[in-house]
Amino acid sequence: MSTHKRILRYDQAITEATFECMERDPNVFIIGQGVKSPWYVGSTTKGIQDKFGVTRLIDTPVSENAILGTGIGASLIGLRPIIVFPRMDFMMYAMEQLADELNNIHYMFGGAMTAPVVVRSIINRGGEQAAQHSQALHAFFAHLPGIKVVMPASAYDAKGLLVAAIEDENPVMYIDDRWLYDISDSVPKEHYTVPIGKARIRTKGNDITVVAVSYLVPEAIHASEILAKDGINIEVIDPRTIKPLDTKTIICSVKKTGRLIIADVGWKDFGISGEISSQVHEMAFKYLKTPIVRIALPNTPAPMSKTLENKYYPRYTDIINAARALLT
Amino acid sequence: MNTGAIKPSTLITLYTDMVRIRTIEEALAQKVTAGEIKCPVHLYSGQEAAAAGVCHALKKTDYVYGNHRSHGYYIAKGGDIPSFIAELYGKETGCSYGRGGSMHIIDLNVNVMGTSAMIAGTIPLAVGTALGIQLKNKKDVVVSFFGDSAAEEGTFYESLNFASIHSLPIIFVVENNLYAQHMHILERKSHDRIADIGTHFRIPFSIIDGNDVGIVYQAAMDAVHRVRAREGPAIIECLTYRLRGHVGAIDKVSGTSITDIRDIKEIEYWKKHDPISVFHKKYAKVCALDQTKIISIQNKIDTELNKAFDFAHTSPYPKSSTLTHYVYA
Repeated sequence: MSTHKRILRYDQAITEATFECMERDPNVFIIGQGVKSPWYVGSTTKGIQDKFGVTRLIDTPVSENAILGTGIGASLIGLRPIIVFPRMDFMMYAMEQLADELNNIHYMFGGAMTAPVVVRSIINRGGEQAAQHSQALHAFFAHLPGIKVVMPASAYDAKGLLVAAIEDENPVMYIDDRWLYDISDSVPKEHYTVPIGKARIRTKGNDITVVAVSYLVPEAIHASEILAKDGINIEVIDPRTIKPLDTKTIICSVKKTGRLIIADVGWKDFGISGEISSQVHEMAFKYLKTPIVRIALPNTPAPMSKTLENKYYPRYTDIINAARALLT
Repeated sequence: MNTGAIKPSTLITLYTDMVRIRTIEEALAQKVTAGEIKCPVHLYSGQEAAAAGVCHALKKTDYVYGNHRSHGYYIAKGGDIPSFIAELYGKETGCSYGRGGSMHIIDLNVNVMGTSAMIAGTIPLAVGTALGIQLKNKKDVVVSFFGDSAAEEGTFYESLNFASIHSLPIIFVVENNLYAQHMHILERKSHDRIADIGTHFRIPFSIIDGNDVGIVYQAAMDAVHRVRAREGPAIIECLTYRLRGHVGAIDKVSGTSITDIRDIKEIEYWKKHDPISVFHKKYAKVCALDQTKIISIQNKIDTELNKAFDFAHTSPYPKSSTLTHYVYA
């Protein structure tokens, strides 16, 4: 890795990864709604059409299922599409292609076909956008065998995971989060990948392990700084990949701390917080000093009104309160 | 289309509703710009003739389904205005109790069914309601309003097919405003019309000037008559134009054009051909709409709207302790 420190924003890192992969491999192209729009998807695909032309950046009709299928079909003869869904909620129109075709295509032909697609969808919540414009459905996708799911929470990982996803031979769901677009950190200019399936320990600590996902990673890091002043040291682990999950890193940490908080951006019921909790119980039950604590969305669709929104989405304060409660 | 037979009093009603919609939408544009209203608001300005013309051909008991840009139908169908405004402010007194916002409005007193943010989300729901009417042997009619981009979703074709084979009492009203967010229809389709798909499904269709409220009203009356008589579904395509941008009030109309990629000349052209201008040119004399009448209509609407905003402002927000209410019945 380069020692050259260059700070990029999360969305700029996505753009750079896309550019780089399209330059390195003529089979890479982008297809999806709004990829040339002036809206936020456009901000992560800025300049691509100018450089690579309209054949490699295809803005599409509002036809999610057909467009996902089209991308998959192209991948079956060696192309590497990045199929973009600017708002994850609208991806539900594409469920047949995702949850019948894409997830099964390698297995049901005994490995004869592979679909190296990146399905990039964006979580865009808050701002009183209500139930159909706010959903975080990563657990839903992760439930499907045959699909990998990554959720970068830093600019460095946003680039490295996108490059890894594009180069992977399997379908990868790349989920970026609008609430992270403004964060910045060091991103090497040159080609690098972040391995899919490898977590990253963001802060070291001996008291409590905190596994945080997506926008809750910076929230957890913020919580760790405040808790450190009270002498509470939490170990923040960012799984980065939801599936396959790096259970080893989590277990290793739990064996050390004996306490676990899981902070997820999705619903608590039947979500990944339950999955992580279950895996820790199976593999490290005897190391747990206290019950596992889960911080996630209540079993409620996203509300509109701000008074409800404020309560709905977890923040660093929820992590602080949970950590303090665990140690008293 | 014979618009000569429309009664002057009906024309005045149609005009009043169009002005009511425009007044509300432009007031909302200001509130959005001022940051008072924060939820995504998809303004209806420029398309008033479609909502007014179609909804006035319906009875109060007929059903209407809409999408993310549904203020027009809600208002024209007679939806309650104060609770509509309160909803946009996220208040407990809103028509969806502050849970839905602009894209999820409802008034079951006048059968404005809950609107969806999903482009084609309510088309099959409307078909299902039409099926229910048929199963219950009722005489109601369903109108499914949607935009041109909904015809890019498979469910549109599946819904047309099902409605056709069962001769369901439904009118599909497509408001072709030429744009899906930033993309012109000819970037998304090989031609710029939708309704002629009716040929394939054996559904009668009409493609009309959607900015001429008389023409829309007459087309809707004809379709409602046939559909209510159980002659099967109909499609009406209203050719129209949204004057505002896709969402909010950041557009070329307000001079803040970050996301509005449309040619300003095109917007100027449509401003001259917007439903209210067309009305003045074509119908003002027929219905004796003079300056005095115009002012009195406007004043009445302004008063009514001011009251609605006061109601919204003074209403409470939902209590955060009620966050998990309404998840299950």
